[in-house]
Amino acid sequence: MDVLQLVVSGLANGCVYGLIALGFVLIYKATEAVNFAQGDLMMLGAFVCLGLTNEQFLGLPFWLAVPLAIAIMGAFGYALEVTVIRRMFGQPQVAVIILTIALGFVLRFVAGLIWGNQPISLESPMAGTDVRLGGVVLGMDEIMVIAVTVLLTVLLYFYFNRTRLGVAMQAASQNQLAAYYMGIPVKRLNSLIWALSGMVAAVAGILFASKGSVDPSIGLLGIKAFAAAVIGGFGSLPGALLGGIIVGLIEPFSARYIAAGYSQVMAYLLLFLILVFRPNGILAQIHSKKV
Amino acid sequence: MRTVFKTSYDADIRLFRHRAQGGWYALLGLLAIVMPWLVNTFWLGEATNMLIWAIAGMGLMVLVGQTGQASLGHAAFLAVGCYAHVLYQQKLGLPFILSFPLGGLTAALAGVAVAVPTARLHGIYLAIATLAVSVLMDDLIVLSEPLTNGVMGLYAPSIDIFGLQIDRYGNPYLFYWLVLVVAVLVVLIYRNIVRSPLGRAFAAVRDSEVSAKAMGVNVARAKAVSFGISAGITGLAGALMGQFAGIFNNETFNLLISIQLLLMIVIGGLGSVHGAFFGAIVVAILPQAIAITRDMVTGALGVGSVAIPGLETAIFGAILICVLLFEPAGIYGRWVKIRTYFELFPFYRRDMFRRQRSYLKTERMR
Repeated sequence: MDVLQLVVSGLANGCVYGLIALGFVLIYKATEAVNFAQGDLMMLGAFVCLGLTNEQFLGLPFWLAVPLAIAIMGAFGYALEVTVIRRMFGQPQVAVIILTIALGFVLRFVAGLIWGNQPISLESPMAGTDVRLGGVVLGMDEIMVIAVTVLLTVLLYFYFNRTRLGVAMQAASQNQLAAYYMGIPVKRLNSLIWALSGMVAAVAGILFASKGSVDPSIGLLGIKAFAAAVIGGFGSLPGALLGGIIVGLIEPFSARYIAAGYSQVMAYLLLFLILVFRPNGILAQIHSKKV
Repeated sequence: MRTVFKTSYDADIRLFRHRAQGGWYALLGLLAIVMPWLVNTFWLGEATNMLIWAIAGMGLMVLVGQTGQASLGHAAFLAVGCYAHVLYQQKLGLPFILSFPLGGLTAALAGVAVAVPTARLHGIYLAIATLAVSVLMDDLIVLSEPLTNGVMGLYAPSIDIFGLQIDRYGNPYLFYWLVLVVAVLVVLIYRNIVRSPLGRAFAAVRDSEVSAKAMGVNVARAKAVSFGISAGITGLAGALMGQFAGIFNNETFNLLISIQLLLMIVIGGLGSVHGAFFGAIVVAILPQAIAITRDMVTGALGVGSVAIPGLETAIFGAILICVLLFEPAGIYGRWVKIRTYFELFPFYRRDMFRRQRSYLKTERMR
């Protein structure tokens, strides 16, 4: 029974990592920019929702605050691309990495200014309720996290495979120039991708906040989620989720069965080994260039 | 306007382009030497700190600026250099004059050890692998407690060079000169590497791995050597950092230091010694500048001193964003433009330093 509980809590954590990783991968696939601020976008999403719904701030009803927060983060992602990221077009990847790291610093500071640096918890209807399943006590929040992640994955799958916009995004991510020749507005798609990844970050943030308290430094979780994305294979959407779940599962199990100090070590050790032996991740999408 | 006539092939690789340039650097060197008589102890300490950061920056610059391999994990090599340097003194009883270069050598070996398995990685993948190294090093220091004293940290013993006692607090000017000597040596090493065949190989790898291979450069070897040199120089800086801080633990060399180091050389300008120094000036002066500005503002408004957590990193981040958006070549790049404007006056044109690439060059295909 212990194992099952570890699995569920690991899965719930892993889903949050996976969702942040999904944001990374969305942007990377479409624009080849690596958004190190994705964790901070998640943090911002959590705080926006919290600021809308918590009593001491705006006090809106929870089910109104959630879509509003997602919409705000979508708009924020769009604005970010238009104002800052687009200017970096054509610069080396590393420049964008550095830019987004710096952006993360600024976002963390701004969030600290607005909502304070103390941990706050989101007042959600799920908090604190338990579900009993044959002797195993599962938190309602954990089940919610897993359910929402599954739902979001299915939605994204249909979005990318069934809608015009989704297919256009796929085309742009495979070959930008060819997509441009086909009349796809690549620039606007890039902005939309950032909006989409802002929305995914908001969902991840709200889920994370419903599991515990948040403070501006949770943005650093993004680095772990980044490891998850690489483990799964950077540039593959299912890979991102898979990597997130792997990292989420490794942590509680290594803390439980090896030693408490090793939970972080194992995740990064796995990352390092994956990079050395399978540099393109478990679900690889990189091909070698022919000269 | 000055015209440099090159009458031999050596003119292309001379340390100074012309006599006047050498003269300016001599003046700068003289100013650096007489610094202890010009400023008080506090600012001398800040200057020492700046020089240490500049050494670390030059270490990273060899890798990022010259070889084009991004590393987000150089704090790990700072840590290796620092711990090795202090442990050689404590456990083996080596004198400073031996333990210091050996600390750098140990860091260089650690760099090669990281470079060999990651030789196949490029750009973003290398960055994330080195990031993992940095996180792992942090945990490794905590876990190997018998040697490193875990989170309690270690004390750096005071420096003893042939009976000459150097202490950061006792005689700060001697410590400053020691750091200055190391910095000048590192500058010479850096400059000489860049103008040697090895430096050309680094530049070739940076600009295009495929063409470097075609020109007969052993790419994997060049990367490993670059990693080794870079980590070695960074290790020396780490040892000095430990001496400067007096006491250090795993937190002294955390991931944020790695990131700050990378951001620093980008602000300064990638690919030059100057960039490392300009970046180090920003990093070393910024906290003081913020503190002074805050005191002035709170003094003018008549309110008590307010501490805003994270303000320093936020301003650092904001500066960086502005630099990347408006002057991707960094502070040094801007300086080169200004200098060229005056050297070529009135023939300077806006497009002289225009960026070449204005389209997305995919890095997904290798």
